[in-house]
Amino acid sequence: MTKPRKQIHLAAHFPGVNNTTVWSDPRSGSHIEFSSFVRLAQTAERAKFDFFFLAEGLRLREQGGEIYDLDVVGRPDTFTVLAALAAVTDRLGLAGTINSTFNEPYEVARQFATLDHLSAGRAAWNVVTSWDAFTGENFRRGGYLAQEDRYDRATTFMRTAWELFDSWPADEIVADPATGTFLRHPEPGRFAHQDRFFDIAGQFDVPRGPQGRPVIFQAGDSDEGREFAAATADAIFTRHGTLEAGQAFYADVKGRLARYGRTGDQLVVLPAATFVLGDTDDDAREEAAVIRRQQVSGATAIRFLEQLWNRDLSAYDPDGPLPEVDPVVGENTIAKGRASVRMYRDPLATAAGWRELAESKKLSIRELIIEVTGRQTFVGSAATIAGQINTMVQADASDGFILVPHITPGGLDEFADTVVPLLQEQGVFRTDYEGPTLRDHLGLGAPPGRPQTAR
Amino acid sequence: MTSVEPRHLTNPDHLHLALALDGAGWHPAAWREPGARPDELFTAGYWTDLIQDAEAGGLDFVTIEDALGLQSQHYVPDPRTDQVRGRLDAVLIAARVAPLTRHIGLVPTVTVTHTEPFHVSKAIATLDYISSGRAGLRILVSGRRYEAGHFGRREIPEFRLADRDRPEFAALIADLFDEAADHVEVVRRLWDSWEDDAEIRDAVTGRFIDRGKLHYIDFEGRWFSVRGPSIVPRPPQGQPLVTALAHDVVPYRLAARSADLVYATPRDADHAAEIVATVRAAEAATGRPGDPLHIFGDLVVFLDAEPGAAAARRARLDEQAGRPYVSDARIFTGTPGELADLLLAGRAAGLTGFRLRPATIPHDSEAVSRDLVGELRRRGAFPERYQAPTLRGRLGLSRPANRYATT
Repeated sequence: MTKPRKQIHLAAHFPGVNNTTVWSDPRSGSHIEFSSFVRLAQTAERAKFDFFFLAEGLRLREQGGEIYDLDVVGRPDTFTVLAALAAVTDRLGLAGTINSTFNEPYEVARQFATLDHLSAGRAAWNVVTSWDAFTGENFRRGGYLAQEDRYDRATTFMRTAWELFDSWPADEIVADPATGTFLRHPEPGRFAHQDRFFDIAGQFDVPRGPQGRPVIFQAGDSDEGREFAAATADAIFTRHGTLEAGQAFYADVKGRLARYGRTGDQLVVLPAATFVLGDTDDDAREEAAVIRRQQVSGATAIRFLEQLWNRDLSAYDPDGPLPEVDPVVGENTIAKGRASVRMYRDPLATAAGWRELAESKKLSIRELIIEVTGRQTFVGSAATIAGQINTMVQADASDGFILVPHITPGGLDEFADTVVPLLQEQGVFRTDYEGPTLRDHLGLGAPPGRPQTAR
Repeated sequence: MTSVEPRHLTNPDHLHLALALDGAGWHPAAWREPGARPDELFTAGYWTDLIQDAEAGGLDFVTIEDALGLQSQHYVPDPRTDQVRGRLDAVLIAARVAPLTRHIGLVPTVTVTHTEPFHVSKAIATLDYISSGRAGLRILVSGRRYEAGHFGRREIPEFRLADRDRPEFAALIADLFDEAADHVEVVRRLWDSWEDDAEIRDAVTGRFIDRGKLHYIDFEGRWFSVRGPSIVPRPPQGQPLVTALAHDVVPYRLAARSADLVYATPRDADHAAEIVATVRAAEAATGRPGDPLHIFGDLVVFLDAEPGAAAARRARLDEQAGRPYVSDARIFTGTPGELADLLLAGRAAGLTGFRLRPATIPHDSEAVSRDLVGELRRRGAFPERYQAPTLRGRLGLSRPANRYATT
């Protein structure tokens, strides 16, 4: 029996504040003006994408004690932009990162429930967690969380929010003028929650949204992050963009689901992916090399190197060889507000690997950084990229991709115009939305909870 | 890049008008009226229609009521099932409607007692971007014990209005309002934490921003400290409009310190004059720089063209609700002409505008945006069309200089 062909899920990531975005390109527009968000979201909806995704960062990044100025700096508020995008799109899912450390469940639950109402069932929440005192300096709550507590806090936060989403039965509002009955029950939304993070009780004040609960995304790659996703998330973001790494990750997280009484189709695996399209594969490869040089200037290369070396390397020539000194091991004091530095778990080993690569290929600092950081996931003609995406999905390396254009806001247009029609012709991507909600797009059933009043 | 809108665009003969939106209207039985849409209160379409209607009438702005807990008739939750209960987040309603409107100001209610100034600042700044300079907020201090219970971070004792002269409650109120003033201070500093021209995109040096034009705000107060800068560049208005409802001296002081516009609740023209004098004195005592505070009168309105019809409607609604409607604000019942008389008398007493709370929606909200506006225009007291692109501009407020800019 042959395996049925999987349907691909696609999403558009509004480019964030890192060097993926080539802001110096003349086509590059604002990362703040609403028109940029409208443009990217409407392109994604025209292409029948599953959702639009907006990331969040609650403190401007710093390096060497100064605000990092080489990448895009600044971004608008996640909830506010998503609510406004609901006005200019009809079906596109609206997903946003919201931090569980610097918020409270009652407020976040009412914001997501509101977004779900105002978008008629298209809200999704990428639950992230952080503990750093650096970001905490912007909040009255401060940066108080021990690193080992962050997933506990995130899990507890989300489960508490679920209690609030589920606190109103779906049919609570009667609104019958003739009998004067507005509510079915006298005390809707009643909840009480007590644990080591939260001690709250009262009545939730937003009626149940169309999706019941927003779709839950999770993005951590650690063992704890994967377990968190298997237990609670509807979709997981990853960075594993190659076939083998993707398959290993996919098998691992899907394998964890049974423990929680869940099935494989209840967790959608979506790696982030960048792409460069060309008329031919050769054109695309040439263009990709040009873009990588734009993304990694000499100054950017030095800054990247500092993030691993954890020391000031500003005196080094980006066109020269790697430093002879070793990285400073321990807490990263150079780069603040940048989650990626945590991926360097063994800086000495990583540095040794980089040195070896640089020596064998005779690479300068800049050439090395171009080589080892952020290379494009898909490079080729539309046919090549459509083929690669489909191969990855059918081979269970993912269920689809979250695409990050390098030009804002027009960087998805060509993909929408050329790759998507090919996937549609192959019968692996929708030609129209089948249902109104994001849960429908992702093939997720109704959430658990309280769909109707039990009497 | 300061003061782009000449003040003379606002005509001193003109009144300013805002509409206060809350559920199906301010009367508890409003949702049962013909034309009400009680089963659509939680939909985008409902709010879009209401705000577009207010915009068609040329109103300066709408406010959207909100709180961090269910509505109740008293200071504690009640078990009623015959009134509207449940709300959507007001900032997100404003954001949802912003792309579908072009002129009207959007002023959601934001509780400042339990929320993070950092989040509030960036949300309103973003609303200002989305609406191209039409954002504001109405700050709300929560002294409600049950709302504090939703956050579990502090105890607030239960109290009623009658308790307000007791010293422990006076101290609590003073603290809550001082905290609110700190909250607004942080929100405002964060709005200024980027200078207007901080984004330079200098391809030659590879710098996206001139970081000399980004500023730490380093606020340290009794309740919190916030470092900054904001993650959102300075919003189009520089400082979106800050408004507050006030009934007493402590809140008047907060408004004088922190707000651009205060809603007061005068009983009549004499009382209005008294309030105006008190507020102006509080304003003078703070030595606030910049434009003087706008003082709006709040009124609940039952409006019908036919004499006597509004009173009859009010009686019918009261009967349906089982008791007479009471409010912190004066309740007006009458014709658009009578209301216009009252508003102009208020202006003569020193009020600069009014915020009208429609007793029922859409009947009274539409009567305001059509009949009352028409009546005021006939008297030369309301502009024929929108005359400035931003909310501040429409209210005759300048675009403030950035407190951190050195050049």
